[in-house]
Amino acid sequence: MSAAALLPTRRDEAFRYADIAALTPLWPVAVEQITVPASEVRAETIVSLGAAAMVRELAVVLEAGASFDLRILSAGAGYGRITVRAELGAGARFTLGAAQLAGGAQVLEVVTEVHHTGPDAVSRQTVRSVAGGTATANYLGKVMVARGADGTDGEQSVRGMLLNRAATINAKPELEIYADDVKCAHGCAVGELDANGLFYMASRGLPPELAKQLMLQAFVAEAFTGAADEETLLEAALNALGDML
Amino acid sequence: MLTIENLHATVADKPILKGLTLSVGAGEIHAIMGPNGAGKSTLAYVLGGRPGYAVTGGSVTLDGQDLLALAPHERAAAGLFLGFQYPVEIPGVSFVQFLRESLNAQRTARGAAPLSGGEFLKLAREQAALLKLDMDMLKRPVNVGFSGGEKKRAEMVQMGILDPMFAVLDETDSGLDIDALRVVGDGINAVMRRPDKGVLLITHYQRLLDYVKPDFVHVLAGGRIVRTGGPELALELEEHGYEAVAA
Repeated sequence: MSAAALLPTRRDEAFRYADIAALTPLWPVAVEQITVPASEVRAETIVSLGAAAMVRELAVVLEAGASFDLRILSAGAGYGRITVRAELGAGARFTLGAAQLAGGAQVLEVVTEVHHTGPDAVSRQTVRSVAGGTATANYLGKVMVARGADGTDGEQSVRGMLLNRAATINAKPELEIYADDVKCAHGCAVGELDANGLFYMASRGLPPELAKQLMLQAFVAEAFTGAADEETLLEAALNALGDML
Repeated sequence: MLTIENLHATVADKPILKGLTLSVGAGEIHAIMGPNGAGKSTLAYVLGGRPGYAVTGGSVTLDGQDLLALAPHERAAAGLFLGFQYPVEIPGVSFVQFLRESLNAQRTARGAAPLSGGEFLKLAREQAALLKLDMDMLKRPVNVGFSGGEKKRAEMVQMGILDPMFAVLDETDSGLDIDALRVVGDGINAVMRRPDKGVLLITHYQRLLDYVKPDFVHVLAGGRIVRTGGPELALELEEHGYEAVAA
């Protein structure tokens, strides 16, 4: 057995918050290769809503001028882990919009490594996590800008919403930059639903579950903005939120 | 209609309302005036059921129903509307969606059929026109990017749409210019000046009362009503100040 197939432990940085017990029966995970040829446009949607665990690993290569749009709705009942390694050639564009809705005692995570290998590539990552119960939602996201990848434009927008104080959200946006002329932004915030907003909505007659559902739907919607199947994803998210609350 | 008896309330264990008694009959508009820190906004929030405002004694009934036993959204369904001094922004949720869900939740609680999308939009359009608020603004996220005056107008449009039995309006006049004040005043009269409705108007200033004539004016100081009179009391306060009148 090769070294790569060894079951990871929590000492491995990328598995720091992983549910190793749930991962064990699914290991090793087959890597799904996706190559977007030069100047072509691809889109992919991953939706997990069932009871089963889901562990997937994508290795995406974007050739020069290629564009890839990946949307994730991770709201299944079991362990969920999606790893995305993307390699961006010159002028390529990578969009990731991920929403994780974690309830019960489950762990959901998105792990990304975005390599800007060529100049003038653009990456946009938007991750919205909701955690209730004693659940954990993680985002570990690394943006690496290689020597010579000038004109890189990378952005990570990471936000988490805790439905109660027993839930956990881990967010770790990372930048590793070896080029000079680079624009990399990352924003990260974890909070709770606005109590003032909830009271305001209640004062108009909206029951608390419905008020929370509307607020969370708006929060999660940011991950799906601009997706071809935005409406479908939003509706699926709303239903999943309804089940959670 | 609204009966408050010997109401005591604390905020963070600090007593704010200390035995407030007040009764508003059907068809009446009462104004509550008072200095800063008197407990005016606390009264509004206690009536609305805001978390953190603890009632430690007394009773409040609306049309015979024990208001304090109800959750905030149930109070709305029972016919109470609370107009906010600082309306809250809710990013990503449109007024139209928010108000339709709110109204239909109220209607369902009262055993009435929910309004369809078309019926609701017609109602919203009428009420927006009454308050001279551009209907397009109701398609935007709740209060986001609204000026102070627009937020207050939007509060009145919401009141028109929800058509409550009783409205508690907390400093609805603050932050309004003279024209907006008239529009809001006209709105209150149009929606609430009816024999089967009542209003509690909380205000610092006499200005709004030029447009919305109160039947009674109360002075709230130190957590109690210390004086009650007719509209002339507001003028007296304006002239002599709270200290002289409430003493």
